[in-house]
Amino acid sequence: MDNLLYNQTVFFKNKPRIVGNYSIVGPKEKEGNFGKYFDFAMEDDHFGEDTFEKAERKMIEKALLGAIKKANLKKHDIDLFLAGDLLNQIISSSYAARAFDMPYLGVFGACSTMAESLALGSVFVDGGYFRNVACATVSHFSTAERQFRFPLELGNQRPPTSQWTATASGCSIVSNKGEGPFISSATFGKVTDYGITDVNNMGAVMAPGTMNTMLAVFYDTKTEPSDYDLIVTGDLGKLGSEILIDLMEHHGVKLGKNYCDCGQMMYKIEQQVLMGGSGCGCSASILNSYIINEMKKEKLKKVLFIATGALLSTTASQQGETLPGIAHAVVLEI
Amino acid sequence: MHYRKRNEMYNQYVNGKIPKTSEWPSLFNSFWVGGLICIIGQGINDIILELMPTLAEQTAWAYTLIILIFIGSFLTGIGVYDRIGKFAGGGSIVPITGFSNSITSPALDFRSEGIVFGMCVKMFSIAGPVIVIGFVASTLVGLLYLII
Repeated sequence: MDNLLYNQTVFFKNKPRIVGNYSIVGPKEKEGNFGKYFDFAMEDDHFGEDTFEKAERKMIEKALLGAIKKANLKKHDIDLFLAGDLLNQIISSSYAARAFDMPYLGVFGACSTMAESLALGSVFVDGGYFRNVACATVSHFSTAERQFRFPLELGNQRPPTSQWTATASGCSIVSNKGEGPFISSATFGKVTDYGITDVNNMGAVMAPGTMNTMLAVFYDTKTEPSDYDLIVTGDLGKLGSEILIDLMEHHGVKLGKNYCDCGQMMYKIEQQVLMGGSGCGCSASILNSYIINEMKKEKLKKVLFIATGALLSTTASQQGETLPGIAHAVVLEI
Repeated sequence: MHYRKRNEMYNQYVNGKIPKTSEWPSLFNSFWVGGLICIIGQGINDIILELMPTLAEQTAWAYTLIILIFIGSFLTGIGVYDRIGKFAGGGSIVPITGFSNSITSPALDFRSEGIVFGMCVKMFSIAGPVIVIGFVASTLVGLLYLII
């Protein structure tokens, strides 16, 4: 029983592979550190639509179609579309799915959605239930800001710990055959709450959950940080990843130079995004561009991808609830 | 370890790590931008009185406020006021132009949800508390005057 759930990890015997990957970003992300790696960059945040919500929906539609095309598949080859986003009732994903004639499962893990959908997709493919599963997420700065924070044109200052929701989308096609990096294991995270109440300090909210999942990965897969070419967390941002390094050290695990964070890397310093990027599209777009492409070139052979999410609700936090975080992990190998 | 103790320790640790805002530059910027807005207001008032010398001073103030509110709203509409706010902080929030910005910005944002249920409902989502507290305070002061 090799693929038995040991603790939090499932091991895949049949090597579900990422055969298609597509990323799409907004203009600000295009100017960031990974600008040249993305498949497509929008000229403006509206993307030819009259509302930002419709633009976000169009992004995930385009990411899905792009990934299908890059996988040399047809729309009817996709057996399942697994997707999620940050908006209430995950409307971007669900409404995008009505344009496609394929079964759809909506997932919500805040910014951890990419790893969550990849992990679930791999379970379906590895189990032999589906041949090709599309896993996607999207986030949009303007829609997230409207829902979670303040109006866009309000003249307020952002607190120094805040992060910038990336306008980005990524889609991976997980398949039972084809070429590309395969997913060897997936670790499902536990909801972790260390009593942070500041909605502008997402890094501190997500770091403990990330630590839990990361420890579970190392324990379950009997590996250590140096076994990976790259350990990449979703979007802890600068502060969050510093906290994670401290927390891991506290548990006797030293994260070295092969550790980095998508949120921290997404933008350049002069773009003034304070602690860095966030939003589920942030890690999804970097995974589906730079990381998977480098793996295809065999420059990266083993990658631990941990997407991290703050399960934030404006209602709950206004009622004085503390903020829980979660992180899911997948191990990619070539 | 009990989770409350753990959370307390973690919060303490995080608070120690949070980068501090540089207070003096922020204060300086908000001071001079806020002051500049006030000077502009005074200038408008002087010009009005210069052009219409027969006008009562109180009426001239009202005209000045209307013009400042328009300017704040207009700058919000063309996407400039949020940049001023990012730079000046309280300096551009406290004057009446900031109040105008706090009403115009949600109105712009929620226009997509319709005029009545979007724009009109959400228009006061930021400024609402200011208006409520203003009403309450003026009522209390009015009652006080009635008594003494």
